[in-house]
This record gives sequence, C-alpha cells and structure tokens, in this order.
Amino acid sequence: MNMIQAVNSAMDVMMGRDENVVVMGEDVGYFGGVFRATAGLQKKYGKTRVFDTPITECGIIGVAIGMGAYGLRPVPEIQFADYIYPALDQLVSEAARLRYRSAGEFIAPLTVRSPFGGGIFGGQTHSQSPESIFTHVSGLKTVIPATPYDAKGLLISCIEDNDPVIFFEPKRIYNGPFDGHWDRPAKNWSNHPGGEVPTGYYRIPLGKASVVREGDAVTILCYGTMVHVVADSVADAGINAEIIDLRTLVPLDIDTIVESVKKTGRCMIVHEATRTQGFGSELSATVQERCFYHLEAPILRVTGFDTPYPHSLEWAYFPGPVRIGQALKEIMKDA
Amino acid sequence: MTGDHQRANRPQLSLHVPEPKFRPGDDVDFSDIAVPAAGTARRPEPGDSPDGFHELAYGLVRVLDEDGRAVGAWDPRLDPDRLRVMLRNMAMTRAFDERMFRAQRQGKTSFYMKSTGEEAVSVAAAMALARDDMCFPSYRQQGILITRDYPLIEMMNQIYSNKGDKLQGKQLPIMYSSREDGFFSISGNLTTQYPQAVGWAMASAAKGDSRIAATWCGEGSTAEGDFHSACTFASVYRAPVILNVVNNQWAISSFSGFAGAEATTFAARAIGYGIAGLRVDGNDPLAVYAATLWAAERARTNQGPTLIEHFTYRAEGHSTSDDPTGYRSAQEWTSWPLGDPVKRLKDHLIGLGAWDEDRQAAMDKECADLVRKTQKEAEKNGILGHGLHQQFETMFEGVYEEMPWHLKEQQAQMIAEEQASGRPWDAK
Repeated sequence: MNMIQAVNSAMDVMMGRDENVVVMGEDVGYFGGVFRATAGLQKKYGKTRVFDTPITECGIIGVAIGMGAYGLRPVPEIQFADYIYPALDQLVSEAARLRYRSAGEFIAPLTVRSPFGGGIFGGQTHSQSPESIFTHVSGLKTVIPATPYDAKGLLISCIEDNDPVIFFEPKRIYNGPFDGHWDRPAKNWSNHPGGEVPTGYYRIPLGKASVVREGDAVTILCYGTMVHVVADSVADAGINAEIIDLRTLVPLDIDTIVESVKKTGRCMIVHEATRTQGFGSELSATVQERCFYHLEAPILRVTGFDTPYPHSLEWAYFPGPVRIGQALKEIMKDA
Repeated sequence: MTGDHQRANRPQLSLHVPEPKFRPGDDVDFSDIAVPAAGTARRPEPGDSPDGFHELAYGLVRVLDEDGRAVGAWDPRLDPDRLRVMLRNMAMTRAFDERMFRAQRQGKTSFYMKSTGEEAVSVAAAMALARDDMCFPSYRQQGILITRDYPLIEMMNQIYSNKGDKLQGKQLPIMYSSREDGFFSISGNLTTQYPQAVGWAMASAAKGDSRIAATWCGEGSTAEGDFHSACTFASVYRAPVILNVVNNQWAISSFSGFAGAEATTFAARAIGYGIAGLRVDGNDPLAVYAATLWAAERARTNQGPTLIEHFTYRAEGHSTSDDPTGYRSAQEWTSWPLGDPVKRLKDHLIGLGAWDEDRQAAMDKECADLVRKTQKEAEKNGILGHGLHQQFETMFEGVYEEMPWHLKEQQAQMIAEEQASGRPWDAK
C-alpha cells in the first residue's frame, strides 16, 4: 500500500470495528478527499458516518468536540495543515483541556488528520509544518508517521486513544519515499519494506520511537519525510549514524533517545519546520539536560529556515541532502 | 491608480463608531425601544419553513401583559404548581447570586458572576427542556443547574475550589460541569460551546437518539467566528439544537451596538442561515418557556434548529471584577421597559389567585436561609486561599487519560521541591 491507502485502510478498519467512529471534513465524503484518503468510505459506511462539511475549520473541530462529548469517536480532516489555524481555539482551548477542566466528565477523543510538510511546490500555504504549535499544548498528542505501515498502525492507535491527537501526514511521501533528491525519478512504496501493510487490524503504540538504522557515530532524531532524506544522506556520507524516527512527538519516547545519544555521544535533529522554537529546540534542550556528560559535540539542528515556505526557492529552503551532508561533516569533524 | 486629483470632488468619508445612548450620570429614556403588546406575536407551527419568520425575528414574543396576565397564542398554559416551581427556581438563582457575590467581596473566593435580571432565560428554558437534553451554557446560566436540582453545595464547593470541589480546584469559579445533569463543562473562551452543541445534536441525530441540545451565548459573543460556523453547521445538517442568544445589552463595557445591534436584531441573524428565528421578551418567563418548548418540538421532530434571541438586560456588573458605573447610567436597570422577570412571574401568579406577597416573602426568606445554611456547610470544606484543598499531585492528573512520563517527572519534581522547602502544603 502507499500511505494514502494505508490511512484509508486504518479508517476503514476502525469504522468496521467501532460504529462510533465518524469521518468528516471538506470533500471527504462523496468525493473521497482531495488526496483520496477517504475514498470509498462514504459508500461503505453511509452519509451519517462519513460526511462532507462546510469550509470552516473552527466549525469542523468544534462540531467534532461536541460529537466526542456525545460519545462518538470523530476523525476530522483538515485539508492542509496550513489551514488548521482557524481551528486553533477549538483545539487548544477546548479539545486539549476538556478532560482536565471537567475532571474527566467530558473527553475529546478526536483524531485530527491533516496533510503537512513541503517538497511538493506547495508554496506558502500548502507546505507548512506546524507541529511545534501543537506539541506546546498540554493535553494534545502529536503523531507523524514516516511509512505506510506506521501510518496505518499509528492512526488506528490514535483513533482508539481517548485523548485528542493531531495526526500529521507527510504528503510528500503519500505515494512513495522521498530522499530529498528532487531531480531523480520518483519512487513508490512497492519496493520499500514500509509499504508492506496488513489489510486487517494492528496497532503501533503511541509514544514509541522507531530506530530505523542502528549506528554508533551520531544519533539523528527526525520524523516524517525527513526520515528518508536523512537515511539517504547518511548512506551517501558513509557515516554509521543511528537514525531514530520519533513517530510520536508528544508523548516523546525519551528512553530510546537518551539511550542512543549516550551511546553515540552526538545528536543531530532534522525537521522541515522553521528553526526558531521548532520542535527541534525542545529535543535539543531535552537531550542537553539528560546527556550532557556524554556529548562530544554541540547538538546540531538542521531545519527549514525562519522564513515563510517559498515557492520557486523550494529546494533551497528544504533541508535536503546538501544541508544534511554538511551538518554530518560538521558534527563528526572532531570524531 | 487613483490619484489625489481624481478624489478632489468626492465627499469626505467618516467612520461610524457606535455609542450607547446613555453614559454615567445621564437620564435614561428607553421609550424608543419597541415593545409590542403581549399576545400579539403569531405562533407558527413548529414544522413551518424558516423562510416565513421575518416578523418573528424582528418582533418580540410576549405572553405576560402589563397587568401580569398570560395572553395570546404563545401562552404555555402552565398550571400554578409548575409556575410556582419556576418562580422558586428563579428566586433561588437570585438568592444564590446575592450570597456568592457577597462571598467574593468577603474574600472567600476569587471571582463570581451574577445573572440578576436574566433568571428567566436559564430557568424557564431549562424547564421547557427534557432533563436529558444536553445544555451547552455560557457562564451566566446557573439557573439551569438550579432548575435541574443540582446540589447548591456542589456549586459552592466549585466556587470555593475547596476539598469538596469535584473539579479539583482546576477551574475558575462558576465554570461548572455536570455531565449527569446535562450541563456541559463551561469554558472561558466565548462561543466555543456553540459548534460543540451543534456537533452533540448532530451526533444524537446520527445515532437515532431522541435527545436534543441547547446552547447559550451573549449578544456580544455572537461576533465570534464560532457563532457563524455553528449556525452554518446547524442549518446545513438541520441539527436538533436550540441556539440561544441572551441579548442583555452589554458585553462587559461594550453596548450591544458593538455586536451589530444598531442595524438589526440578533434573531434576524437566523434568516440568513435559513434557521427559524424567534425574538423573545427575555424577562417574560412564560415567553421564554413557550419559545423553548416550541423550538424543542421543532428539533425533536427533525424540523431543524431554532435561534432564539432573548431580549433582556444585565442588571448587575459583568462580574465581581467589573464596575458598571464606569460606563453606563445607574438608572438603566430600573428604567428597563421589560421589568424584572421574577416580579413579573410573581405578579402573574398573584393575579391568578395562586400566590400572595406573604408567600413570596416567606419563599424569599426560605431561599436565602437555605443558601446561607448551605454556604456554612460548603465552607466546612474550605474557602479559597485558606490552605490548599486538593492533593497537589492532582494538578497533573487528567491532562491525558494516562499520565505520560514527562508529567510524572514534573509531578515528582514538585513533590521534591515542597519537601525540600520545609513547607509542605497542608493538603493531607
């Protein structure tokens, strides 16, 4: 399966298992979603379980919270993460705090799916990576898959989770892994082990990272599309790096991270999002606090620049093989 | 490009900034407020198409006339027992407000908000709903809880954030929550509950349930984007929901003109959404009851949502943190043409021969006594600022269903800080 099919399959499996699971969003119903992620679901489960909504993100999330309070398990879609901001009040002030402020009387078991990330010439409003806005909010969980297998297993866990989850889908790797070499032919998931996806029910626990490559020279923390870009850059550089796909940003798999950095003595963080107060800052501070005496080099962050996501200059902005390769040299220079 | 020379002959524009008619010290004259005679508003069938509601959205549904008689098609014809229950719920709400306002002034809690003058909007509406209909209130509908016999002591425990507070001191006073009583957790963020109520109602409809939802916001909060999204969703999916707008003329210091009242009514907003809109005398408990019952029947028969504007007046300050003498005339409440909802219902019952001033006085005293007695009980559980009433570990509970490692770590850090400081909280 590709990642879209895996996401579709996760919703299909969960709708089949739990009649309280409902899917809603702009164009998700009859049409099956602008990325086809909900294709066929309305036909299979009916219009009261899979339905199109008005174009109002605050309404989509607000209504989903009310449905959750009733006892449903809504899976609302925000068409692009760049358009999630109108729903911020409902997510931050309401969904994230409902359990806390009502001492558990009401909960918001939502899974907010949204395509995110760049590398598709999406320009300023189809490329953003706003994960750190959500990781800053207590009460929300934030999950980002890097393969179709993970996407399905994680999404099923999110839908079953009783806390509100932001599930960002890296749209650059919907159809195939992307190593950052935009000038090479596109790959698809059929030749990647992460593209082997069981058709039935399985879950990947939230809060558990995946070590996608073991190594002892440097620990690289990444997620989403960047997992593949990093893997390719590491192979090119011939460095025995340990690559950790975080998968869940909150709650973070601290044990896997700390164990790895203590082993390697070096830590590099890679994300597409802009640098200042990006999630990398939190990762860097956390690693610094817990692995200080094991660090043999400053922690490096390789990120998008602190600019809006540009259209024509996309490959100068995107933290691709060149920038990661330079950073690998930098962090290994005294090794 | 438009050059200066092209604009030379055009009149100068001016910006209109609304201004209330009366400011502190001004004499008040509300004679320009149109108050249609009671009993004159048409009562459509609950299934009627919303496109015929123009005069109801711009008019005023009134049942109680100047002599306290119930007249016209909207008279809900409640029996005296029911009317007395309504009167007592309203009197109790007022007595509770008085006492808790004073408790804040005495430093027993940080904050309080009265609903004086608006008791009908919550009490009469709650009486017209089924007990298991879900209410998504704002912060000024405490009358719903009182009508649903929610224990006063639970309300007070919450206000005091004491050890009896079932919200564990996590919420600002008056931000109640009671799932069991169909009272959704109150949020400080305005109008967020509006789309949530619509979603709850949509879920009820999607599951083939028979319960409906009702929500409340102030006229000031109708300016929030969530109001628009809620009305759109309610209309699109014909959600079984009642959207109440409590137009009490004031949003803290801003008069209703800043929410658009100079140009139209709030009920008229419904017309553009294709929602049935009613404008109701919010100080007429029978009109509020009848309109809510009508809207509930409409919702329950899958005829869709109703938006009800309750035209009323916020008699007191916005909250204990507000001094209304800084922005409006003190005479407004006493000059308000729609009077006092408690007095109007009392006069109606007296007119029916089912009540008298002595019984009213006795009931008022009984309410005040019960509130005072309950307050003493609640204060045994502690008042705000006198020690910590919750185990401080509870601060970290309920952020998530399961406490993640980082919160466990912060919790342990706080406990260690307290122990090391030599001043452990007196919570145990």
